[in-house]
Amino acid sequence: MWPIYILNGLYFAAFIFLISLGLNIILGVMGLLNLAHGSLYAIGAFMAAWTITRLAEGASIFILLPALLTGTALAALFGLFMEYFLIRPMYKRALEYQLLITFGALMLFEDVIKMIWGGEAIYASTPFVLLGRVNILGNPYPAYFLLVMLLALVVGVLIWLFMAKTRIGVMLRAISLDREMATAMGLKINRLGTFSFVLGAALAGFSGALVVPTTPALLGFGMEPLILAFIVVVMGGLGSLKGALIGSLVVGQTRSLGIAFFPEIELAVMFLIAAAILVAKPEGLFGR
Amino acid sequence: MAQLKSFVRPGLIIYLVVISGFLFLPRIVSTFNLILFQYGITFAIVALGFNLLLGYTGLLSFGHGAYFAAGAYGVAMTAKYFPDLFSLEILIPIALLISFLISAIFGFVCVRHTKIFFAILALALSMLLYALLFKFYHLTGGSDGLYVKIPMLFGHTFANMRRPQFLSGFYHYFLVGMFFAAYIVMKCIVNSPFGKALQAIRDNEVRAELIGIRVRRYRLYAFIISGMYSGLGGALWGFVNGHVTPDVSHWIFSGELVYMTLLGGFGVFAGPVVGALIFNFLKLYAMGSTEYWMFIIGATLIIIVLVLPGGVAGGLARLASRIKQPSDKGAA
Repeated sequence: MWPIYILNGLYFAAFIFLISLGLNIILGVMGLLNLAHGSLYAIGAFMAAWTITRLAEGASIFILLPALLTGTALAALFGLFMEYFLIRPMYKRALEYQLLITFGALMLFEDVIKMIWGGEAIYASTPFVLLGRVNILGNPYPAYFLLVMLLALVVGVLIWLFMAKTRIGVMLRAISLDREMATAMGLKINRLGTFSFVLGAALAGFSGALVVPTTPALLGFGMEPLILAFIVVVMGGLGSLKGALIGSLVVGQTRSLGIAFFPEIELAVMFLIAAAILVAKPEGLFGR
Repeated sequence: MAQLKSFVRPGLIIYLVVISGFLFLPRIVSTFNLILFQYGITFAIVALGFNLLLGYTGLLSFGHGAYFAAGAYGVAMTAKYFPDLFSLEILIPIALLISFLISAIFGFVCVRHTKIFFAILALALSMLLYALLFKFYHLTGGSDGLYVKIPMLFGHTFANMRRPQFLSGFYHYFLVGMFFAAYIVMKCIVNSPFGKALQAIRDNEVRAELIGIRVRRYRLYAFIISGMYSGLGGALWGFVNGHVTPDVSHWIFSGELVYMTLLGGFGVFAGPVVGALIFNFLKLYAMGSTEYWMFIIGATLIIIVLVLPGGVAGGLARLASRIKQPSDKGAA
C-alpha cells in the first residue's frame, strides 16, 4: 500500500499547493492575509460543479475544460470586485482592519454561495468517473488524481516562469521585497496589487474547480483547505513560493500517512510539525 | 484619550446607574432577553481580556476561541469526571488554571511574532485545540460536545431548579458580580505601570526595548492575562449555555470575538463590553429574521470598518467631545 499512500500524499500536496500559492502571492505582494480565500476557492468549486452538471449528458472528459474556465473566471471576478470595493480603501489602514474586512467578505461570500446555488450539495463526479482507474504497481488508482498532480505541476511551473522571467513578475517580486523602494522607482503599486489579488483569486477558483469532481460541493467547502493553506504558509514562510511547495509536500504527506496510520491525531500532528518548525526557525523554512 | 476623559468624567454616576440597571434586569426584561444579556456579559468578559491584547498591546489574535474553549471544557469535563467537585468556587479556579496553562504554552510560541504572523499562528494553534477536542470524542464528546449541569455553591445545591430559574435567580447576580470584578481588575491592570509598559510596546517597540522593557516577556504576560479572561468568560458561558461543543475553539468563533471588540471600539476601555452586548442581539435578530444572517453580519462588519473605525463607543466618545466643545467643530 505504500505507493498509494505516497501518491495520495502527493495529491493532497498538489491541491493544497495551488490554494496556498494564491494565498502566498497576495500575502507577498500586498502584505494582506485573505481570510476569504477559502470562499473564493468554494466559489470556483460551485461554479465548476454547476457547469459539469449542466453539460454532463453524453460528455467526454473535455467538459473539465469549460468547468475549469468558468470556475477560475468567476473566482477571479469576485476577487476583482473584492479588491476594488473592499481592499482598496484599506491600503493605508492598520492590519486589524484589513484582516477584519476579509473576514467580513468571508461571511458575505458564504451566504452569496447559498443565494446562488442553494444550500444543497452539488455532485459533479463525471470527469472523475470518466477517467477511470490506472494500475500502479498492482494497485488500482484513480487517474483523475494523477491529472490533478500534473495540472498543479504545470501551473506551478507557469507561475514560477511568470515570476522569474516576465516584466510584470519581476515588478511583483520587487514590490514584495521592498515596497517603499518599488514605489520610489515608479511602479504602479495599486494596479499591480489589483493584478496580484485577481491572480490569487483565480488560482483559488482554479483549485476549487479542479478538486470538485472528487468531492461534492458543500456549504463551508473552503474552510478546511484554508486552514491547511495557512499551515503551509506558516511552515514555508510568508510570501515564499518555494516555501509553499515544500510546505504543501510536508502537509500532504503528513495528511495521507496520518489518515492511514493515526487518524485521530492527524491534524494535531500537522500542527505540531508546524509549531516545531516555527520554534526552531521563527520566520518559516524559506521566510525572510 | 483626552476626548475620552471628558466623556467619562461623570463616571461614578454612570457606573452606579449601569450596576443597578444590571442588578434589576431580571425584574425588568423577559427571561429570553435576560439570558441573551447573560450571553452578552460572558462575551463582554472575554472582550475585556481580548482588548488588553489588541487595544493595549497591539497584537491581533485570531485564536482566542481556544482559551474560551479551555475554560468551558475545563468546567464541562470536571462535571463529567469529577462530579464531586462540581461547585462554582472550585470550578472557576479550575477554568482559570486550565486557560492559564494553555495560553502560556500557546503564547510562548505566538509572542515570538507580531502582526500577520502572530494572527495566523494564534489561529493555527486554536485549530489544533479544535482538532483535539473534535477527534478525542471518548474524552470530550466530539462534535456532540458535553452537557454542563447546574453547579453548586459552597455545598448549596440548586439541583431542584430548572435552568431558566437558576439563571434569572442566583446565577444572574453571580455573573454580574464576576463581570464587575473582572472589569475593575482589568481597569487596574491597564492603569498600572505594567499596563503603561504594554502601551509603550504597542506605540513603539524599539523605543520600549531601549528603555529596558522586556518586550517579549511583557507580551507573553499580556497574552496569558487575556487568555485567562477568555477562560473565565468561557466557563461562565458554559453554565448559561448548558452545553459546550468544539465550535468555540474554531477560528470562526475567534473571528466573532474580534468582531465584537471592533464593533464596540478597541480604542476605548469600555468599548469591547458595549460591542459584546450589541453583537449578541445583532446576531440573534439577524438569525431570527433571515436565512442569510451571515450576509447581514458580514455587511455590518464591512460598513463599520469602512465608516466607523472607532466602533460604537469610539463614535459616541467623539460625538460627546464635539457637543462639549463646539468650538472644535467650528475650527475644523
